[in-house]
Amino acid sequence: MTHLPFVAISYALAFVVLVGFGLGAWLRAMAATKRLAAIDPRRERSGA
Amino acid sequence: MTRMDTHPIEAPATAPSAGGTSLHRFANPGRFLRLSGAVLPWLTAAAVALTVAGLGWGLLLAPTDWQQGDAARIMYVHVPSAWLASAGYFSLALASLFSLVWRHPLADLAAVEIGPVGAGFTALCLATGSLWGKPMWGAWWVWDARLTSVLVLLFLYLGHIVLVRAFDDPVRGYRSGAVLALIGVVNLPIIKFSVEWWNTLHQPASIKFTEAPSIAPGMLWPLLIAAIGFSLSFAAIVTARLRAAVMERRIRGLLLARAVSR
Repeated sequence: MTHLPFVAISYALAFVVLVGFGLGAWLRAMAATKRLAAIDPRRERSGA
Repeated sequence: MTRMDTHPIEAPATAPSAGGTSLHRFANPGRFLRLSGAVLPWLTAAAVALTVAGLGWGLLLAPTDWQQGDAARIMYVHVPSAWLASAGYFSLALASLFSLVWRHPLADLAAVEIGPVGAGFTALCLATGSLWGKPMWGAWWVWDARLTSVLVLLFLYLGHIVLVRAFDDPVRGYRSGAVLALIGVVNLPIIKFSVEWWNTLHQPASIKFTEAPSIAPGMLWPLLIAAIGFSLSFAAIVTARLRAAVMERRIRGLLLARAVSR
């Protein structure tokens, strides 16, 4: 019995968890950064 | 990664206490955004490099186990995720302690952001354990003390995730979640020592602080590198999520202030 499918699925799951959480966190931080920059009163005051 | 150092900052939710100045020095969300903004790119780069190196080494270069064959390569994913499941919960409990005792302004947000990531790593640990168990034990799951205690850990994570979001008043959610997290700490030594206290199908630890590891160096090094890579990945993910949460709270505050001033 070959064990390679079990190994391949394990590594694929690790990829999904790491990349999924990483990408999700990065996208969320980017969206918050843009939103904050758009409504930032200090930036409005400074004309930036 | 971002331009956070130029962004407005949020005042701490609570004033620093005289006795806890050193702790609260890092509790200011603005300071946290500046510091984490500088550290996060390096942390992410190190996490990616070590995780890829550890998993690549384990999958392609590490020797095949003489008994388990290639199935032992699941170890390079399973063991680091198991380590992060417990260490992640410990960090959740630590954040909860800071939240309850010192009212640390970032601790509540940290606990909220650690929960889902810890649950993800715990689920990965259980899934890869199951994928390892099927070819080795002939069963996807057994009600073994180690497996069952890790399943309880997953339920603790899920309970925390639900509880902190279950109240209209977020502070009540944070406090309830913190109490649950601290109670759940009792499960960590049970997980650790379950293979010694009970007669389990799960093997005992191969790496101990008190003894030389009972694992071949050709397998030990990729395992350690993968474990460090996973740990840095966990830290980078939680840091990025916490940065987003701090900014989102600031956005809500600004929008609320605008709505009130109209």
